[in-house]
Amino acid sequence: MSLRRLLPALLVGVTLLGSSALSAGEARSLAEDEATEQRLVAISSELRCLVCQNESLAGSQAELASDLRREIRTLIRDGRSDREIIDFMVSRYGDFVLYRPPLKATTVLLWFGPGILFVGGVASLVLYLRRRNRALGDSALSADERARASALLDAAGGPGSQPVTQQAPRE
Amino acid sequence: MNRFLWPLIAFIALVVLLAVGLGLNPREVPSPLVGKPAPAFTLPRLDAPAKTFSPQEMLGRVWLLNVWASWCVSCRHEHPVLVDLARQHAVPLVGLNYKEVRGDAAIDADKLSRDEERQQVVERAGAWLARHGNPYTLSVLDIDGRVGIDYGVYGVPETYVIDKAGIIRLKHIGPVTPEIVSGKLLPLIQEISK
Repeated sequence: MSLRRLLPALLVGVTLLGSSALSAGEARSLAEDEATEQRLVAISSELRCLVCQNESLAGSQAELASDLRREIRTLIRDGRSDREIIDFMVSRYGDFVLYRPPLKATTVLLWFGPGILFVGGVASLVLYLRRRNRALGDSALSADERARASALLDAAGGPGSQPVTQQAPRE
Repeated sequence: MNRFLWPLIAFIALVVLLAVGLGLNPREVPSPLVGKPAPAFTLPRLDAPAKTFSPQEMLGRVWLLNVWASWCVSCRHEHPVLVDLARQHAVPLVGLNYKEVRGDAAIDADKLSRDEERQQVVERAGAWLARHGNPYTLSVLDIDGRVGIDYGVYGVPETYVIDKAGIIRLKHIGPVTPEIVSGKLLPLIQEISK
């Protein structure tokens, strides 16, 4: 029992140790020029690493990513604006490096496709439900069906609450 | 029957869309450089490191720029194709040797001085071409990969077709195969050489 309690605490401890070791490694470059590093992180979080594709340039361990971070750092020190740095990357690697692609003729489907699919789905669901409601409303019981239904209810012994009280004593 | 027709058509359309999407290669990112002038650079030549080469020297000619490195496994696969292409004398082929030492994960380049790294680059690249054959009119050394960034290189090998006006007409990512040479490169080269 005590081991069971100890284990999560141990795990948390190890994780904390690991993460503090990691941040210690990064702190060195941060200390050099905090403002530059903060801008670097802000810019590179908006950019995609082309090698891993699903990681941002800020988080990627790929070699190209570290080259590009170095490049961005140089551009920041040259006094370029964020816009200019993003444009620098786009002119070389295309809109694909942007996590927020610009709205263009080629990206209309990307931006509005999900919305169109959603609206279309909701519209067809509403249409379907309405049509079904109408179909159900039309089929009122005929006199013959009504007679059969009441015969069945009578055979069960009167009001619909009866079966419930019959089952209750079993428990 | 009619009730299921439209959902079925929508489903088939979705399957076709997804099938096409799955067939695409996510590594092939369209380059914004196609149709733009090839970025200028001046880099030392592998055969004569004291001399330099820059793309302006090729103005008036159609040429290929091929990005390679000895640590690049796919480059080894495409190399015989390039050697074959060079034998046809269809087009001058310039090699951009990309981060020969720095790009090799087996070497800790931070421990090397600039001169040591440069010397190793020349030795390794030269030895690789001596062993596998040299299809290049000349190769230039992009030791730190800075020129690679200007060309939007993100996966070696890459090949650029550059026209007489110095405009990039095609960028091919990944190894060049005989099919790509005969189906894409040679027809384009013929067309823009006129």
